[in-house]
Amino acid sequence: MDLSLIIMQLLSGIALGAVLVITALGLTIVFGMLGVVNFAHGALFMIGAYAGLYLASLTGSFWWGLLLAPILIGVFGMLIEFVLIRRLYGRSIDDPLLLTFGLSYILVEGVRIVFGSDGIPFPTPPQLIGVLDLGIGFFPRYRLFVIVLVAVVLLVLWLTLEKTRVGLIVRAGARDPTIMQVLGVDIGRVWLAIFGLGVGLAALGGVLAGPMRSVNPEMGSLVLAEAFVVTVIGGLGSIVGAVVAGLMVGISISMVALFAPEMATIVMFALMAVVLLIRPQGLFGVRGRTA
Amino acid sequence: MTGPSSGEALAKPAASGLGRVLDHRVLLSIAVLAILPWLLPSKALAVNVLIYGVVVMGYNLLFGYTGLLSFGQAAFFGAGAYFTGIAIGRYGVPWFAAVALAVLLSTCLAALIGVISTRTRGIYFSMVTLALAQLVYYVALQAASITGGENGLRGFTVDRVSLFGLQVNFLDPVNKYYVLMAFAALALWFQSRILNSPFGAVIEAIRENEQRARACGYDVERSKLVVFMLSGAISSLGGCMLALHLSIVPLDILHYQTSGMIVMMVLLGGARSFFGPFVGAASFLILEDVISLWTPHWQIFVGAIFVLFVLFLPKGIWGTLLDGFGIGKARP
Repeated sequence: MDLSLIIMQLLSGIALGAVLVITALGLTIVFGMLGVVNFAHGALFMIGAYAGLYLASLTGSFWWGLLLAPILIGVFGMLIEFVLIRRLYGRSIDDPLLLTFGLSYILVEGVRIVFGSDGIPFPTPPQLIGVLDLGIGFFPRYRLFVIVLVAVVLLVLWLTLEKTRVGLIVRAGARDPTIMQVLGVDIGRVWLAIFGLGVGLAALGGVLAGPMRSVNPEMGSLVLAEAFVVTVIGGLGSIVGAVVAGLMVGISISMVALFAPEMATIVMFALMAVVLLIRPQGLFGVRGRTA
Repeated sequence: MTGPSSGEALAKPAASGLGRVLDHRVLLSIAVLAILPWLLPSKALAVNVLIYGVVVMGYNLLFGYTGLLSFGQAAFFGAGAYFTGIAIGRYGVPWFAAVALAVLLSTCLAALIGVISTRTRGIYFSMVTLALAQLVYYVALQAASITGGENGLRGFTVDRVSLFGLQVNFLDPVNKYYVLMAFAALALWFQSRILNSPFGAVIEAIRENEQRARACGYDVERSKLVVFMLSGAISSLGGCMLALHLSIVPLDILHYQTSGMIVMMVLLGGARSFFGPFVGAASFLILEDVISLWTPHWQIFVGAIFVLFVLFLPKGIWGTLLDGFGIGKARP
């Protein structure tokens, strides 16, 4: 086994991890701010992929799909928060989890009714077809694009949260919603926006994953388990944790696939078990809230 | 935490007249199950209610009584079924010994998953149990030479069972129902013993206030692990019953959708109630039967009904009924 193959596989792992990071980030932000675990996250990821595909074929360009699907599904997420989740604040923490689980049934079956149960191929945009010579080997252009795009999204997100007034309100609202209300901030609107952002990130993950995986109504269930593993390893509510754990999981999957393909689906769960035995709150989690 | 506890949180309410009737809840439940095949439209449905009722009952011990929202109960349901099928089909173990062995092995699996997952709390626990149960799913999928992989486990059929020297034709639906009902009765009795024991009081104390239970000197972590194992044991018995009933074990049984269905059933029936799991299993299965008659997309309605239950009827059908008669408050 030569070195360039290993490096290429490492890059593949990073691309896979990048999609996981984006998806898990949506889950972890919503939990960190609202205290809600969105069990419909996988289903919304799947709907994002379908929306991307549909919008791309409608406009004739992948780029419109990539831009519009997360926005559209994000707005849909805000509708979900406004109509359903909002009623459950202040009740048991299990209730939103159960509600979104029921919701995922509705969403998955809804997609089956509209698009059928069979998988649909998601064409790679023509500009990104083929491989790029990196000097040490050839790497698919599309995967390189995914890595770069996710890096940009992460940077924008980080700058917004850390350097802007909106980010300040959001961070403060996560710590103490009551004080924010006293200060005159409509915390309900902040939560609405955060839930929309989380769902939008799930949809973005779905569109990005489209050309790498086949698009079918069941694709969300595997993604949900993956996103859970990533957030558990990284620590619930931690953005840095989601990034580190997402890349860790992606790289482990593709590295193990190289040496023992049949273990590839299992390795992330083993990784999670080991992390939990050492640090029950996850790598970057806060002790007390979850463990 | 306010000083040493007087322990009133753990004390059971004194048994009134109504309470004394409920002391016979095991016998009452068994009586209802005994006439169930004649209450429901088909014997097949009754067998399914029995099986899922036992699975959900085991889960209720964890979710309803201890307050631990696990999303991985399918692992034990499936483990019971797979171990039974493998023991009978591959190693020729007699059916009854196979069931005992399967429950034992599934309890060991529950111990393994429990050790990792009970280190976490709250929502974290739900996510970890889901992920670990998915691990079991993928292991069963990969180990196709033993489990049959995607096609499920086949090649074991129990057609005759000998009971105390008596040969019973197991293919007859009524016979089958009553043989399986014996297992359900055993599980009901076992669960009642757990709930009436001091340990039962401890797990309910953990649900009400974990920190206070810890301050009272109870080993919360160990209690959670033990209840996780007991819950897995009872649910795996349901899996054994399914294997005996179907003579195949579909891989889907291990998928997290099955865990979700178990959660739906317990909420539909009413968590924290003794007979709620059977009510929940029956209502879910009847709902599925009725809706799938006129649309293949029955899941969309099941999902919607579940959402409505979470929003407006969180105590479920049986729990709300008991509340209506003022029983639920007297004795959860």
